[in-house]
Amino acid sequence: MSRLAQRIAAAKAEGRAALIAYLPVGYPDVDASIAAMVAAVEAGADVIEIGVPYSDPGMDGPVIQEAVEVAVRAGVGLRDVFRAVEAVAAAGAVPVVMTYWNPIERYGVERFATDLAAAGGAGLITPDLIPDEAGAWIAAAERADLDRVFLVAPSSTDVRLRSTTAASRGFVYVASTMGVTGARASVSDAARVLVARTREARPDIALCVGLGVSNGAQAAELAAFADGVIVGSAYVRELLEGRGADGVRALTADLAAGVRRAGVPA
Amino acid sequence: MTTTSPPQPGDLSLPARPGWPDATGHFGVFGGRFVPEALIAALDELTEAYEAMRVDPVFLEEFARLQRDYTGRPSPLTEVPRFAEHAGGARILLKREDLNHTGSHKINNVLGQALLTKRIGKTRVIAETGAGQHGVATATAAALMGLSCTVYMGEEDTRRQALNVARMRLLGAEVIPVTTGSRTLKDAINEAFRDWVTNVETTNYVFGTVAGPHPFPAMVRDFQRVIGDEARVQVLEREGRLPDAVLACVGGGSNAIGIFTAFIADEGVRLLGLEAGGDGVDSGRHAATITGGTPGVLHGARSFLLQDENGQTIESHSISAGLDYPGVGPEHSYLHDIGRAEYRPITDAEAMEAFALLCRTEGIIPAIESAHALAGAMKLGRELGPDALLLVNLSGRGDKDVETASAWFGLGENGAPTDEDDRAVEAGRGADPGPGMDTDQQPTEGAVSNDRVVAGQDAGETA
Ligand SMILES: Cc1ncc(COP(=O)(O)O)c(C=O)c1O
Repeated sequence: MSRLAQRIAAAKAEGRAALIAYLPVGYPDVDASIAAMVAAVEAGADVIEIGVPYSDPGMDGPVIQEAVEVAVRAGVGLRDVFRAVEAVAAAGAVPVVMTYWNPIERYGVERFATDLAAAGGAGLITPDLIPDEAGAWIAAAERADLDRVFLVAPSSTDVRLRSTTAASRGFVYVASTMGVTGARASVSDAARVLVARTREARPDIALCVGLGVSNGAQAAELAAFADGVIVGSAYVRELLEGRGADGVRALTADLAAGVRRAGVPA
Repeated sequence: MTTTSPPQPGDLSLPARPGWPDATGHFGVFGGRFVPEALIAALDELTEAYEAMRVDPVFLEEFARLQRDYTGRPSPLTEVPRFAEHAGGARILLKREDLNHTGSHKINNVLGQALLTKRIGKTRVIAETGAGQHGVATATAAALMGLSCTVYMGEEDTRRQALNVARMRLLGAEVIPVTTGSRTLKDAINEAFRDWVTNVETTNYVFGTVAGPHPFPAMVRDFQRVIGDEARVQVLEREGRLPDAVLACVGGGSNAIGIFTAFIADEGVRLLGLEAGGDGVDSGRHAATITGGTPGVLHGARSFLLQDENGQTIESHSISAGLDYPGVGPEHSYLHDIGRAEYRPITDAEAMEAFALLCRTEGIIPAIESAHALAGAMKLGRELGPDALLLVNLSGRGDKDVETASAWFGLGENGAPTDEDDRAVEAGRGADPGPGMDTDQQPTEGAVSNDRVVAGQDAGETA
């Protein structure tokens, strides 16, 4: 049973979208990053997307790159990630790990699935692993009862929307714009179209929108048509600019209010 | 040994491709596509357009014309007997990719991809570059075909290959120094992918080597295989036999795949790839990906790479910017896996010794990348002895490397460098002249000497 799907459905039952906060493990250090995640949970995030630091984050913009580079240099690894997973689960949110593929391949896919499940993780978001290459991961996730969240993009064909959503469990990550992570002034138009196309491809799975969302107003816009709103760079910026757990709490409060303004047709 | 007639050089429409990769770009367990979903449509578009183009007579004619009239193909084969005296007396034939327009094999691939860019209706190309040779080739093709061009180059590399930065700018390209990570080729590739995913509607990524996601490894191989197709015919015509071994340096691996492919089916021909051993594989400061790495995923494909226990890419080190890359094309990992090709490391010092030797014995200044293949030939020649016939891919010329070499050897206007000389320190050494140059050479008789610059027929030998 998918814990991500359950949590997103619970938010829906309250008449709102779910709030999903991304934070990388190890910035500014492991303990402080975990404290920031817990702060986000306490302030109202439903799901924490726990980022695994990686040396070559090809899908990330400058903000996330800068934070993650610090963590990579400090030698942060999956052992630290599992600690973060446990802490987020204990704080009451659903932990899902977001990682580029190589750290998992290096650790061992089967071993990773076992250890992630043991730590209380719900599953994995894989920005550079498409279902076509994910045979080993899908099999391991099946065995360990873990969710696998794949991405769809504005450039995805209808055929790919169908195959990608069919391989997904938990939710589908709708990457709203073509490009890398980072805050954008406007997010909703392309997102609305892609959410509609994806829903047609598979009506029975939650669709969460990410890439570029940075404040409550944008979250409210997206919440009008998406099941969840994913925020990343805006969180990392709070830490980069030294506002720490307090900054994370304030941002979460704004975003959590935003997803509750859902239903107001944009 | 087979002497059946080889395919027409560079004729992409002939089905003489090896039986790999499969339809989804896998060479055994290697290759594939490990990229964001946002790029899949562009990669599919490229694959389809390329498969149609490679059998289209109009394209084939245009490509052949450019290779002949613009690049200057076929490139000649040059025997280098004075150099070969230092290689156990084995006979050595150089495939002269250094004589191509723009100075290396990189132009072969770029002309193909630039034609493909026009075919799919895109107006802008981006490229990554290490030594700058691929960047120069891309800027050249863009100028020729009226495309706008942006080249990403690690900041570190913009310094050690400043000449090529100037060339690219003269050709009208925008050069963006990359300041993330190790500031070398690996990070330039990351930035190019970020640009591509953002601008994919107008922009084609002209990838410089046989790495990256499908279709790049297969497509770049097809564009580069002209090297081996030509060389195989040339060696057979001249010698009436195939070479005992074919040698090439391996960065991402495109010049090596380019010369290997025609010989894959010739089981008696050894294929030897020379990786950048830097300060030595044991030192940890090297770029010998297959020798010193492990399988994993980097830049869109599964292949060997240099990585730590967390799966983080380890920064590579090489005196040669074009080989300074912690990954390698998936087909090389596969050829290694099935035992069809061998891979060996060559240290900076060994490469520079071979570099100096070719300059002094044959009047050819090689690229430092290519000097790794020359050093491999010196070693293999000594192992195999005087009956051996070695075919070496001279992938590029050394104009771009004159500053690095001058610093290494302690040449230049001001005589021997000091520890304060940045470039000498950067080249991995201080005030001592690097190996490859005799410190006690006598000036040539009659030469005007300032007592510092040394020259002579036999320079290049070390004890
Ligand atoms: C002359 C020359 N040879 C070799 C290389 C290495 O690339 P590859 O291994 O793809 O041939 C380069 C790269 O810049 C180069 O400039």
